[in-house]
Amino acid sequence: MGSITLQKVSKSFGTTSVIPEIDLEINDGEFVVFVGPSGCGKSTLLRMIAGLEDLSGGRIVIDGKDMSNEAPAKRGLSMVFQSYALYPHMSVYGNIAFPLKMDGQDKTAIDKKVKDAAHILNLTNYLDRRPGQLSGGQRQRVAIGRAIVRQPKAFLFDEPLSNLDAALRGNMRLEISDLHHQLKTTMIYVTHDQVEAMTMADKIVVLNAGRIEQVGSPLDLYRSPRNVFVAGFIGSPRMNLIEGQEAAKQSAVTLGVRPEHMRISKTEGTWKGIVGVTEHLGSDTFIHVQVDGVGKITVRTDGDFSTEFGQQVYLTPEPARLHRFDADGQAI
Amino acid sequence: MATLQTRATARFMMSPAVILLFLWMIVPLVMTLYFSFLRYNLLMPGTEEFIGFLNYQYFLTDPAFFTALKNTLVLVGGTLLITVIGGVLLALVLDQPFFGQGIVRLLVIAPFFVMPTVSALVWKNMLMHPVNGLFAWIARTFGLQPIDWFAEVPMFSIILIVAWQWLPFATLILLTALQSLDGEQIEAAEMDGAGALSRFFYLVLPHMSRAITVVILIQTIFLLSVFAEILVTTNGGPGIQTTNITYLIYAQALLQFDVGGASAGGIVAVILANIVAFFLIRLIGKNLER
Repeated sequence: MGSITLQKVSKSFGTTSVIPEIDLEINDGEFVVFVGPSGCGKSTLLRMIAGLEDLSGGRIVIDGKDMSNEAPAKRGLSMVFQSYALYPHMSVYGNIAFPLKMDGQDKTAIDKKVKDAAHILNLTNYLDRRPGQLSGGQRQRVAIGRAIVRQPKAFLFDEPLSNLDAALRGNMRLEISDLHHQLKTTMIYVTHDQVEAMTMADKIVVLNAGRIEQVGSPLDLYRSPRNVFVAGFIGSPRMNLIEGQEAAKQSAVTLGVRPEHMRISKTEGTWKGIVGVTEHLGSDTFIHVQVDGVGKITVRTDGDFSTEFGQQVYLTPEPARLHRFDADGQAI
Repeated sequence: MATLQTRATARFMMSPAVILLFLWMIVPLVMTLYFSFLRYNLLMPGTEEFIGFLNYQYFLTDPAFFTALKNTLVLVGGTLLITVIGGVLLALVLDQPFFGQGIVRLLVIAPFFVMPTVSALVWKNMLMHPVNGLFAWIARTFGLQPIDWFAEVPMFSIILIVAWQWLPFATLILLTALQSLDGEQIEAAEMDGAGALSRFFYLVLPHMSRAITVVILIQTIFLLSVFAEILVTTNGGPGIQTTNITYLIYAQALLQFDVGGASAGGIVAVILANIVAFFLIRLIGKNLER
């Protein structure tokens, strides 16, 4: 149905190599998220799968067929763009119908499919409008509608939520996850937001400078990051990465402790520090503590814990949840 | 919004410019109107007197007037057709990345900087000349009879010259419109299975429609008063085959020295231009509102 395999796929622009060789297996029906900092090549990789960028080397196999040199339309994939890329002079109906029209299907079939898609996405009342008259969330849904009517083998999403405000982003996240459960189609989703990656993915692919740092389920990456980069990238607030003497005590070059695995007490603990900024989120409190000989440590504790600026506190990392990394940044 | 006081001040401050512009427009117009009701011939000085609508009657019943009107419309329409279609195609070509793009763009835009008299002379003497012209040489090279452009197809020749001058303008405006087209839209259409032709007709052309409207409007305004090209090449001939309204008025005033009749013709031209503008804006103004 919709399995995609990348074999030694690489990309370079002139002499600069953007993506060195990448191997990746995406199973049918999986929700895969490419996540990484901006400029890590995740969008380029997606566009290569879509066929919008040429490969410099390697093969892309979709459903067992080598599609490396096929035109984008022949690959049977649909893409939702960051800017939505709706056709501004066509109505919502025209936009959703466009791929079917290009496919040469007859009018009644098109009409039925468009109405079905509009029903799934709650767009039935907006079919006559132009994209310019829609809100950001509605445009997003039209873009998704245009993608689903073709019944593609896989959906490609290129940072689709980055133009939406925070509340809407949360909603759309749920809607896209819902859609995935309804359609059970393979989805590849590119984002720089690790929260989106964690909440939506079956499988996360962490990319850095064109290389795959780690592939795994969200909780795998959270519990056992393979290296410092993944450790720092996955999880919010960021994992505390400690170097120097304290790390050496644990026979590691870098020691990682997540803020939620740090116990804070006003009376006793391993490390002594001074409270800096405190962020109250209601349910949680993030406390930034300056620890002597260790540096700045972020602690996540429950919402009722109250401290004041400049107060002395004690921190204790949970020994079972320590992450130790060697000089190359690899987990020990 | 502005208060009553600042609005009054603003009007007061603007008034010198507005009054100057108004005078600039109204004085020649009123003078032309005034002359158009006089018998005013430079060959008969001192005989000026008020003759009512007689000048208009003569001008409008002149058989040359209808030929000139038709010629004007053919000239405007033909030039628009060539420049818009050619401009779209050229813009599409120039939008592609290729080596030497900057220089080629400069070359394409160059004709616009050549003044009309000069370009008409170049076309007349170096390109279309039946003996020395480049086209004649090409025809002879292939063993064909050279065309005497201004004798055989005078209107088409003028249209060619004017279109050559205005093609860069159309290309430039359409190229900027083309460059503002969102690349992701094209990619989305590509993924939706649209071929190059479908992409052009469903995405590129609608995107450029507004720019095309602007090109048509602006060019029509200027093309209604084409004059230098006709004066330099055919002098309105052979016969009156290339006489447009502007040239007819010129002939009336400075060849027949009938200032009164020419003024009446000028007023008629103003009215005609307004009628054309009215229909144009009605017809394609909708495009601009979007």
